[in-house]
Amino acid sequence: MTWENSDTTDPHHLRRITVIWLVLSIVLDLLYWFLVGPHVPPGRMTSTAKADQFDFNVLFVIALPVLVGIWEYMAYSIFAWGSKRKGVPEPVGGPTAAGNKKTEVTWIVITSVVVLLLAAFGTFSVVTGHGSGGGEGPNPLWSPAGSVKAETAALAGTGSWAPNTGAVLPVQVIGQQWKWTYRYPTFGGFESSQLVVPNNTEIEFNVTSLDVIHSFWAYQLEVKADANPQQNNVAFTKTEQLGPFVVRCSELCGIWHGAMFNYGKVVSQSAFMTWANQTETANAANTSNLPPFAWTYVPDANGASGGYYPDGKLTPYSTVETYGSKQPGS
Amino acid sequence: MTLSAERPNEVEVYSHVPPASTGATRKKGRGWLSQHVGTAIVAGFLGYIFGHWLGNMISSGYTVEVNTGQNSIADLLALVFMVLGWLIGIGALNYPLAKLVGREPSSSTSSSAPTLEDDVGGEAKVDGELEGWSRYFRYNLDHKVVGLQYVVAVLMFLFTGGLLAMAIRTELLNPTTHVFSADTYIKIVSEHGTIMMMMASSVVVGPLGNYFVPLMIGARRMAFPRIEAFSLWVFVAGYMVIFSALPFGGFPTGWTGYAPLQTQAGPGMVSYLFGFFVIGLGMMAAGFNLLVTIINYRAPGMTWSRVPVFVWSILATAALLTLATPVLAAGGLFGLLDKTVQTAFYVTEHGGSSFLWQNLFWFFGHPEVYIMALPGFGIVGEIIPVFCRKPLFAYRIAAAGMIGVALLSFFVWQHHLFQSGIDPDMRPLFMLTTELISIPTGFIFLVGMGTLYRAKIRFEVPMLFCMAVYFNFLIGGVSGVFLSDVPVNVTVHGGFFVLSHFHYTIMGGLIFAFMAGLYFWLPKMTGREMNKKLGLWHFWTMFVFFNLTFFPMFFIGLLGQPRRVFTYAKNLQALNDFSSVSAFLLGLSFVIFVVNLMWSQFIKPKKAAANPWDSLGLEWQTATPIPPHNFDRIPVIMTDPYHYSEEGAPALAYFGEDDHVPVRSGSSTSGDGPA
Amino acid sequence: MSMGGRLATVLGLFLVAVGLVVWGVATLLTPGVPGGVVNFTNTQAAGQPVNLTVQTVGAIGFGSHPTWVSYLVKDPRTGQWIHDTSWKLPANTVINMTVLQFDSGSPLRNQEWGQVQGTVNGAATLNGKSFSVYNSNTGNGVGHTFAIPQLNVSVPLVGVNSNANVCGAGPCQLSSPHNVETFSFKTPGPGTYNWQCFVPCALGYLFGNGGAMSTQNYMGGELEVVG
Repeated sequence: MTWENSDTTDPHHLRRITVIWLVLSIVLDLLYWFLVGPHVPPGRMTSTAKADQFDFNVLFVIALPVLVGIWEYMAYSIFAWGSKRKGVPEPVGGPTAAGNKKTEVTWIVITSVVVLLLAAFGTFSVVTGHGSGGGEGPNPLWSPAGSVKAETAALAGTGSWAPNTGAVLPVQVIGQQWKWTYRYPTFGGFESSQLVVPNNTEIEFNVTSLDVIHSFWAYQLEVKADANPQQNNVAFTKTEQLGPFVVRCSELCGIWHGAMFNYGKVVSQSAFMTWANQTETANAANTSNLPPFAWTYVPDANGASGGYYPDGKLTPYSTVETYGSKQPGS
Repeated sequence: MTLSAERPNEVEVYSHVPPASTGATRKKGRGWLSQHVGTAIVAGFLGYIFGHWLGNMISSGYTVEVNTGQNSIADLLALVFMVLGWLIGIGALNYPLAKLVGREPSSSTSSSAPTLEDDVGGEAKVDGELEGWSRYFRYNLDHKVVGLQYVVAVLMFLFTGGLLAMAIRTELLNPTTHVFSADTYIKIVSEHGTIMMMMASSVVVGPLGNYFVPLMIGARRMAFPRIEAFSLWVFVAGYMVIFSALPFGGFPTGWTGYAPLQTQAGPGMVSYLFGFFVIGLGMMAAGFNLLVTIINYRAPGMTWSRVPVFVWSILATAALLTLATPVLAAGGLFGLLDKTVQTAFYVTEHGGSSFLWQNLFWFFGHPEVYIMALPGFGIVGEIIPVFCRKPLFAYRIAAAGMIGVALLSFFVWQHHLFQSGIDPDMRPLFMLTTELISIPTGFIFLVGMGTLYRAKIRFEVPMLFCMAVYFNFLIGGVSGVFLSDVPVNVTVHGGFFVLSHFHYTIMGGLIFAFMAGLYFWLPKMTGREMNKKLGLWHFWTMFVFFNLTFFPMFFIGLLGQPRRVFTYAKNLQALNDFSSVSAFLLGLSFVIFVVNLMWSQFIKPKKAAANPWDSLGLEWQTATPIPPHNFDRIPVIMTDPYHYSEEGAPALAYFGEDDHVPVRSGSSTSGDGPA
Repeated sequence: MSMGGRLATVLGLFLVAVGLVVWGVATLLTPGVPGGVVNFTNTQAAGQPVNLTVQTVGAIGFGSHPTWVSYLVKDPRTGQWIHDTSWKLPANTVINMTVLQFDSGSPLRNQEWGQVQGTVNGAATLNGKSFSVYNSNTGNGVGHTFAIPQLNVSVPLVGVNSNANVCGAGPCQLSSPHNVETFSFKTPGPGTYNWQCFVPCALGYLFGNGGAMSTQNYMGGELEVVG
């Protein structure tokens, strides 16, 4: 195409490469999209899982021709342009073009356009997907309808959730070395080491930590949000299928990081209501020992009975609720 | 722009006139009792003991220290004085201390005008030795000696980290049965990551950068020979500091050292924080030195459009080293303050922020990633034309790509924090900048593919490694685009997908390129050939088993295995075992490399041709072994070094002798290998 | 040097390197790992409950970290208190656990750990009295928990009065103030399960979770359940 003309007897390498590339790319892309795409992790259990799987597949369909093109070119060059005269470097052949403006400009334009399109597509997905299941920090920009209301009500202790109302369910995820626990502010703020969520519901995960940084990764739900001390990291997803899912910690948090996992489940709305009411009753004694529900808590930076910080006291200016604060003077 | 007018005396003919005053200073650098590695080890050990005693003396009353049964102030001071003792023992501080008390080294006073003896010889003889094998164990200012010392140092890092990687893969053979206890596993993972990152930040810049940049730009030495030697010995000290974490009980944070887990950890964490500080000193020193050398020490006629592409890559890397590393060093000092005197930079409960470390670390960490990629691009760009017998395609694009990557790398760090709870509107911005970086990275592929086009490719070992770099880095780069996309990042962040991605870029890119560079340039550095048969075995086993080790990890990650875990889902055992077995075989491939290195360089050396690959590069136009002053005359550069297969192309450089012709293979013009 | 000499030098250096690696693995990568595993299998007839007695001490008093808090276990055959947190248990068997708690307590960071979970009956006894929730904000608080996360077992171990003459260094004698807690749990099928303490009880470490809490064989260990 471009610098072919230096030797007209040479076969049209670029044309040949392009044709093979086109055929291979189309075939592989179609095979991928229809055969592999629907099974790509993390599956289709929630709205974010579906959306992120779609994103992954779009990226893959764009990436595949790039991979195929460059590998094919490299393989072609090995077979077509390998030196036949072993160990004898000279005399040598080949065009001595040290550059070709047309090729260079074409390359830059194509890569730039692809990259900008990808960035635009990614931005569109993350905005419409309410953050795509990733932690959005304490003030999420992109949230589903009703979430602000649910959040305000939960903090005021007036939040409620009932089946078939379409209400958002706020769930607090508390990371601590080395276990996840969950609080349900719309059910009296009870705490449980089990994560149960209703189906067909927008879930608002409020992720925080009592000590070091963890990362809440509900794999099949496609939710991932770091648990930071004294920060509320909010992530959204809408459940769409019943079934169990696994929760892991995906940020190294110390010795038992690898063991910091458990299983949750998505159940029907009525089954969830039953479970939540039962647990609220069963845990009532323990709930009364807990601090009032808040988005974040100040853990005691000191150990059970001795301090890293010599004063052994919390900072006087912390206004949020403290886990482990109701200590008798010891 | 030429620099000839600014530095006229550099073009003068070098004469072998010994300096007038020798005498006492000459004898100083010789013998067993003078300063060498042995005295450095002893002095470092004494420094360690003294520092530990001092720390215990001044801080034993702190309640917190009493409670833990450990004393992090003593741990830190021990390491500080160990490094200080090491530097005194090797002789790094002789000259600065002499200057401090007003004593000039005698060789400088011998003549009024600076001569080459002053440049290299004189100081080298004061601080170390100019010739003989013992100079490799001393504080030597010759950039060629330092380059070879760096080779040994980075291989020491590489093999230590590699052995730890074998331990990781052993533990992951089974999801529930453990070879190591949970804390030991985290310790191994952390040590592996940190040692490898430290190694990778210097693996090309140190050995090949120091050795070949002056040769490629036609200089007789580096701009600051003392800083160059200092960077090496501080790098080795950094190895000892980071390795000391293991006897101290290790650290549980991985190489990223996230606070406040960092603040919670035991005394091994002090080794991590101070280790990165020490290594950081070396990185800053090496980067600054290379930057100044490349800008100011180019031979007359070596304009920016004639600088070899490897030098461009080192220039970009050096800029990153100089600008990014101070952030890490400062972050490390904050962490050390948190650990030793209970400040609260990173502890939210006491007014600090756990995000502060994340941002400081990645503000260094992402440029660091390109510190580990750019030199590889440079090596590939330098080697491919030699074996294609074609000019480098789109030279300007290659240089622009390296500079573009270096600039953009400062604007992408928050993509490591997409799910961390940062302000969400930062996300599209950092997604955009991260994806933009694939444009200049793509330039490197354009350059390679353009050069390959209708070439006459010779598949020698270095060329095979370069082709493998393209193969691996393509996978690494494309998977990087997936990671930069926020929605997909939710799936893959913090899992084995990331792990596979960065092993593909760092190991598949940089380490393969480093191997290409070693096989390519070792004949010049040592005057001895590498065995081709063993080299081919090394290449094919490394290439195949590298891919078999890390490719399954993409699937392991997509299937939900987080990084740094010792327990994983039972259904992932088959993939993990496959990866582990491949990793062991990959380890064996490095054994082949060591055997080759030992056999061809030491046990049964075979003299290499002066220019075995028939390269046009300036570094091949010198005699072998390279004289201490590199060039008898500073060459005047006529053109760029890529005029392969070009009839009537101008000679690369004018050496001041009419009968000088470029060294071609088989001519073996001069000299034996080093003794 | 002759070629043989060079070969010998390289091989010698290689052996030194191998030696260093072996030494490194042996000493640096396996510190504190006990020589053996305390074996509770075959201490009772098959299917019969197995008795397991441990004590928690505020400072272990010996070893490389004498000030660290730890568990000691009673050897089922010799009756000796030994420092080893890896226990071999028979599968599908009820384990009757007795904990002698010699350490003082404090309020829990997360009151969730105040509930007795996953035991037979969902309860435990404290000095003979059965309980299922313990409010750690009152009384002497909770010193430690015994938890096996994979089996959902979690039992708060109530502290002793810190003003009393608390046992200073293990192994503690029964004359020192202590609480006796008993509970039972059933082992699952064969496999390796971690057990841990979830009370941040490591003195001098941020959040109390470094040191003994982050080192296996002090406040955590492994249950090797065999068929």
